[in-house]
Amino acid sequence: MILAALRHVSFAYDGDPVLLDVDLAIESGDFLAIIGPNGSGKTTLVKIILGLLRPSSGEVEIFGRPPSAFTDWDKIGYVPQKATHIDAFFPASVEEVVGMALASARRKGRPSTREARQRVRRALEAVGMAEFARTSIGRLSGGQQQRAFIARSLVTAPQVLFLDEPTTGVDADTQAAFYDMLDRLNKREGLTIVLVTHDVGIVNKHVNRVACLNQRLVYHGDHAGFCRSEAFREMIGHGDHLISHQH
Amino acid sequence: MHALFAYGFLQRAFLAGILIAVACAVLGVFLILRKDAMIGHGLSHIAFAGVALGLFLNVLPLAAALVVAVAGSLAIVHVKGRAGLHGDTAIGVFSSLGLAVGILLASLARSFNVELMSYLFGDILAIEPLEVWLSVGLAAAVLIAVRLNYDKLLFMTFDRESARASGIKVGRLDTLLMVLTAVTIVLGMKVAGILLVAALIVIPAAAGLQVATSFHGAVGAAVVVALFSVAGGLALALLLNVPASAAIVILSFVAFVVLFALKKGRGGTPPSGD
Repeated sequence: MILAALRHVSFAYDGDPVLLDVDLAIESGDFLAIIGPNGSGKTTLVKIILGLLRPSSGEVEIFGRPPSAFTDWDKIGYVPQKATHIDAFFPASVEEVVGMALASARRKGRPSTREARQRVRRALEAVGMAEFARTSIGRLSGGQQQRAFIARSLVTAPQVLFLDEPTTGVDADTQAAFYDMLDRLNKREGLTIVLVTHDVGIVNKHVNRVACLNQRLVYHGDHAGFCRSEAFREMIGHGDHLISHQH
Repeated sequence: MHALFAYGFLQRAFLAGILIAVACAVLGVFLILRKDAMIGHGLSHIAFAGVALGLFLNVLPLAAALVVAVAGSLAIVHVKGRAGLHGDTAIGVFSSLGLAVGILLASLARSFNVELMSYLFGDILAIEPLEVWLSVGLAAAVLIAVRLNYDKLLFMTFDRESARASGIKVGRLDTLLMVLTAVTIVLGMKVAGILLVAALIVIPAAAGLQVATSFHGAVGAAVVVALFSVAGGLALALLLNVPASAAIVILSFVAFVVLFALKKGRGGTPPSGD
């Protein structure tokens, strides 16, 4: 089943092209990495899928509908780039942060306070953060904050999770544990995951599909095929070639 | 003191003051965390033009101020979103215009200076029954509107992009928050006066934020500070024969200093990094 599809999507900021004629389909069960150098349009692509940006041309569908007509946002979890660059003094407990995602869900059938608490607790348990429920978000480490944001994106029981550079600024051990957790969510829970990253090492270890972007989609397919592709060789051996297309 | 509350004017002042101060405190927590703390200041200057217009046209100044302040808040939201102005520039532009129009109207009609002064400095103890019920009704409406949108406002305040991605219409909420703030500022003029009403938005909320570890806690602490300030300020005004507005604001500042010292005393600075 195709969860999201882009057809001939282009996008420009003030006339400068960012994406050119991108075709991409995200299927149920994918652990898809969107990779590419800085400025290649990865974040823009995700924002277009989520309806945060409108493409200059082309069509976008999410669960069979254009983002502007889509209302079932509970099906989508999103952790934006620099999610952990929060105001350290913001007085929000971890359970409050996780529960925020239910604000939208409440439009279509407000869960009771008790049910909301249970959902928050389950989401925190899923990422191993239950013991920090009452802790202020600003007092957590970067890795713990990242887990709290994943919990927030899981609290509505989404079918697809978008993560934009989720481990920026997180140490190597915490990163490994974080990606193991994503593996579990993908393989055991059947959660579709779309991961934006510029770290090819992560791609090799965890994902099953790859979309390599450099304004245009230069590769889209399974992981094994990516490792044999010209795009992979360019990213590993001739990274400058890809980076030269950024603006 | 107990006997004083047998007076109708004092009961009215207390009722209106409490509700308005609570509305100010709750909105203040959202506004400070959105880095919009100065909006109260700007809207109070715009409301000044409304009061002057009401007196000039001989209509209820509170009603005229409501219309002008709400229109001003909508203009600020519109210009801020469309003109690409930095930070508080839109607030600065419209608050200056409001003050200028108010001064112009005040100079054109020279007969209403005494009444205008009551709006500038606040006169909660002289509040009229019509103004009380208008204030009570509108303050209650503001609190209900905040309660109904509380979760969405919190999400948007904490993480605007994720709130948008979850389907929340953040533009509509921006407008709602500004309109509610405009209404509350106008109501607060009678409590603290145009010159000091912004303090009701900023100081109790800033005080509450000193000690809170959760958002609900911050709102609760801000409301407690607001209640303490209004009740204490009215009592001081009666006992010492001083202006209630000044007493309320000074008491809220005292509460801020106490809570700030409490935070410093327990080393309330979050860690950074891993």
